[in-house]
Amino acid sequence: MKILVCISQVPDTTTKVTFTDNNTKFNTQGVQFIINPYDELALTRALEITEKQGGTVSAITVGLADTEPSIRKALAIGAHDAIRINAEPIDGFFVAEQIANYAKNEGFDLIFTGRESIDYNGGMVAGLLGEMLNIPSVNVITAIEIENGMAHLERDIDGGREKLTAQLPCVVSAQKELTEPRIPNMRGIMAARTKPLKVVEPTGSQANTQTTSFELPAPKGACKLIDAADAGKLIELLHHEAKVI
Amino acid sequence: MNIIVFAENQDGAFKKSSFEAISYASQIASATGGQVTAVSIGQVATDKLTELGTYGADAILNYQDAIFNQFTGEAYSKALAHAAKNKGADLIIISNTYSGKMVAPRVAAKLNAGMVSGVISLPETSNGFKVKRMVFSGKSFAEVAINTSVKVLSITPNSFTIAENPKSPSIETMDAGLSASDVKTETIEVARATGKIPLTEAELVISGGRGMKGPENWHLIETLADTLGAATACSKPVSDIHWRPHSEHVGQTGITIKPNLYIAIGISGAIQHLAGVSSSKVIVAINKDPEAPFFKAADYGIIGDALELLPKIIDAAKAFKNA
Repeated sequence: MKILVCISQVPDTTTKVTFTDNNTKFNTQGVQFIINPYDELALTRALEITEKQGGTVSAITVGLADTEPSIRKALAIGAHDAIRINAEPIDGFFVAEQIANYAKNEGFDLIFTGRESIDYNGGMVAGLLGEMLNIPSVNVITAIEIENGMAHLERDIDGGREKLTAQLPCVVSAQKELTEPRIPNMRGIMAARTKPLKVVEPTGSQANTQTTSFELPAPKGACKLIDAADAGKLIELLHHEAKVI
Repeated sequence: MNIIVFAENQDGAFKKSSFEAISYASQIASATGGQVTAVSIGQVATDKLTELGTYGADAILNYQDAIFNQFTGEAYSKALAHAAKNKGADLIIISNTYSGKMVAPRVAAKLNAGMVSGVISLPETSNGFKVKRMVFSGKSFAEVAINTSVKVLSITPNSFTIAENPKSPSIETMDAGLSASDVKTETIEVARATGKIPLTEAELVISGGRGMKGPENWHLIETLADTLGAATACSKPVSDIHWRPHSEHVGQTGITIKPNLYIAIGISGAIQHLAGVSSSKVIVAINKDPEAPFFKAADYGIIGDALELLPKIIDAAKAFKNA
């Protein structure tokens, strides 16, 4: 079993988002970066699969040198080796194309991504990769078992859950519930220092999209407080004033 | 622009999000000139198909081979790309539902199209093509330009109103030329909670946090939700301690929602939670702590114990519904 896990580095969830350069750049000042939480679940589940039935887990990221701590952390959690494609991850299409170009000759049986990154929330890399590599892609999986060359999956659908199978090789994107994330231990952190981390230069593709500016939500007006003794008045206000019920 | 819209159905009935997508496309077509073609995939009765004309579909392409009886990203994306080529479409619009999320990127890759997901605005076409989307799970918005000639947009459900623009669309039965070997995934079982409103599509959402004190008190949330016709949701701590399923968790690492009304009960309003709900039109916070951050993000607030307040609110909601 040869598994590839796509890792994206994102700002910590407690980050207060601000922008610089006339609202065209995300302000990284003082921001802590982490492995995207869904990618961490994907990595952990990939390790569980190879621990049970043998194989290797490679972690890949598209990012400049500043993403190296995250990819090292993936090695510390347990990935066997890592690849960093040395490019700014401009948009989902660009990232998927870089990963697909790397993966196409490597013979991976299974490729994991997170459901979406918690910064740009594109949620498109899994589907793009599937199409670029001409293999199935299944989104938001909450369970995966591999049996006889087949992935047995569960995924979220609108208002419920679906069980399905996918032939290998395939791409899956990790949703909560897939597993509990693993925290690196001291042995893992030590081992990560000597594990192979390959830096690959990007292949010449262009971004299809470009973020031109950012905007923060308009601040809310004052909160109208309703007396607790008269809590039922809320319903009347929602009907007559807010007009939402 | 010539526009293709994925008209997604569930069990033969079009979803509300499909009508939103057609209304959205219809507005773009009116502004830029061009045709709106709705693409129906799977088994839908003719009288249901014609409903798509109500919201501005000029034409309907109907893919109903047996291969489409189960939803698969592979087959559905092939049908949509087939339809796009057939109509020479330069814009493909897909609602960002769970199925839409699976299909849209595959369509984009097939057509070598630039794609933007989670779109919340009509495109600005005076100088290039720009749309707005949510980023940082709702903590902010970004304006994104697409440079390719063919474009794919997945639009956020509940972001656009359904508007009538009656047309008498032609209905053409299509063959995407798929064979069984094109599909390498197989649906084994579909389980949907019956009679419940899916959280991602809900216009009204009642959400509970640790202030509910335990899963045994959730009947209060459910009663209020049922009375108002709302979906139920919860905070991250509540799903982490398994009071409620993960599928109900809204917030930065859960689902981002955009309902008309979000009532947060016993949720303090941590930045990660607010990220997932701050685009709701009207927010109500109910919390016993007057310093809870949620009151800064809410339109209405009640300071008090959730378990004492909820029965009063439920009584008022029942009286309102019976009136």
